[in-house]
Amino acid sequence: MALYSEKVMDHFLHPRNVGVIADADGVGEVGNAKCGDIMKIYLKFDENQNVQDVKFETFGCGSAIASSSMATEMIMGKPLSQVLELTNKAVTEALDGLPAHKLHCSVLAEEAIKAAVKDYYDKNGIEYDPAMFAQLEDCENCDIH
Amino acid sequence: MKVYADNAATTKMSPTAISAMVTAMETTYGNPSSLYTIGQEAAEALQAARETVAKCLGCEAREITFTSGGSEADNQAIVSAAMLGQRRGKKHIISTAFEHHAVLHTLDKLKKQGFEVELLDVHETGLITPEQVAAAIRPDTCLVTIMYANNEIGTIEPIAEIGAVCKEKGVLFHTDAVQAAGHLHINVKEQNIDMLSLSGHKFHGPKGVGVLYARRGIMLTNIIEGGAQERGKRAGTENVPGIVAMAAALKEACDNIDANAAKVTALRDRLIDGLSKIPHCALNGDRVRRLPGNVNFCFEGIEGESLLLLLDQKGISASSGSACTSGSLDPSHVLLAIGRVHDVAHGSLRLSLCEENTEEEVDYILQAVPEVVQYLRNMSPVWRDLMEGKRQFIL
Repeated sequence: MALYSEKVMDHFLHPRNVGVIADADGVGEVGNAKCGDIMKIYLKFDENQNVQDVKFETFGCGSAIASSSMATEMIMGKPLSQVLELTNKAVTEALDGLPAHKLHCSVLAEEAIKAAVKDYYDKNGIEYDPAMFAQLEDCENCDIH
Repeated sequence: MKVYADNAATTKMSPTAISAMVTAMETTYGNPSSLYTIGQEAAEALQAARETVAKCLGCEAREITFTSGGSEADNQAIVSAAMLGQRRGKKHIISTAFEHHAVLHTLDKLKKQGFEVELLDVHETGLITPEQVAAAIRPDTCLVTIMYANNEIGTIEPIAEIGAVCKEKGVLFHTDAVQAAGHLHINVKEQNIDMLSLSGHKFHGPKGVGVLYARRGIMLTNIIEGGAQERGKRAGTENVPGIVAMAAALKEACDNIDANAAKVTALRDRLIDGLSKIPHCALNGDRVRRLPGNVNFCFEGIEGESLLLLLDQKGISASSGSACTSGSLDPSHVLLAIGRVHDVAHGSLRLSLCEENTEEEVDYILQAVPEVVQYLRNMSPVWRDLMEGKRQFIL
């Protein structure tokens, strides 16, 4: 049995939306090099707060790259409200599953997107409930294995 | 092109070993403990294999115990020495920080039983000195266990000199020679080795079979209880086909040891020279005192597992010390032991060659690795930060 599903390998070998958005509305970076995973998400919204463009950069394993790629694909064109609803579970399911010790990669993808949205709120003075982003405060992903 | 460059993980069995194994399965299939002819033929095959192995190690056949592999041999050697020490009130053990887990985890177990374990620093080079060992030995030291060559970074320890120190101080010396056997000369008497572990599948023999050499007079503690096989020190019907094949492979490797080493060293150096041209990388472990086939680099800004997956796509089999490949949070304890910080230890690549690899294969690797490293760096936020000066280069 292969380590990863075909979907994971497809997104790893042909990652969608790699790169940067120079004039991004929100940028989120989670993880750290010590843990071996860093994900950075760039978000650009249109006037209706729909995702006009999203890009990612990832330092990490195959599933981290695939999770980032899948997550960006899942939120492309979506309204902000739906972007915030993206869960690591949904990313994992869309990838046809991840090995148990790689689930934290999908958590990172969810968190990187949330961090980018938080950055967007902060930059634009939009009020929000800090509890929404509470999980970003610690390196929680490191404990999920 | 398909390039198998993970010979430190395991090797392809040689035709000699396969042939020996098939012969054993077809003809000497009896149980060596049975008294009838077919059983005794198996016992003879077993004895011949024991003598072959003994000759390769420079010891007597009766000093050889066949095990299920290197891990079991390490376990038994260490536990045996600890039990002998305990009886005389000696519960201090010296080892190094970058041993194989078969050694380190056995030592952890002993720690819980009240033993004191001192792990020597292996420095940036991955080398320890006999002086370090001499300085660490105490009156209550019962064992020094130091690997002959490291499995990840390939560094070769001054085993004979360490053995001499131990001999002088009257302390048992065990070496995990799993990576060395069949690749580096071994003579347990000349090198002052009291106990030595090796594994069949690292020199083109089969998996699931290994050897524990224990100098005559060293009382072994059983790890597996049962029948009286292996002079009562390792129960279980002997894996005759595996043992016979391992002996054939070891003999073949030892017969060709210098020619193989010369060929593989040339390939290794070509690979090291080529990979060194990649910016912001570093060779792990001493350049000179290393196994003929071992190449191990850290590449800054990328993670090892993705590197391996992409190389696999190009037909290259290699390994890494990244956390993601180990299934744990931390990268390789070996790389941490030589002072690599986590950030770069995650980006390691081990290529381990054997005499079947070719210059063409090395050149193919030299074409593939820089491409893959650059591809991953291009999507790495760490690399971007490094390039933009927001983060300091470590390598």
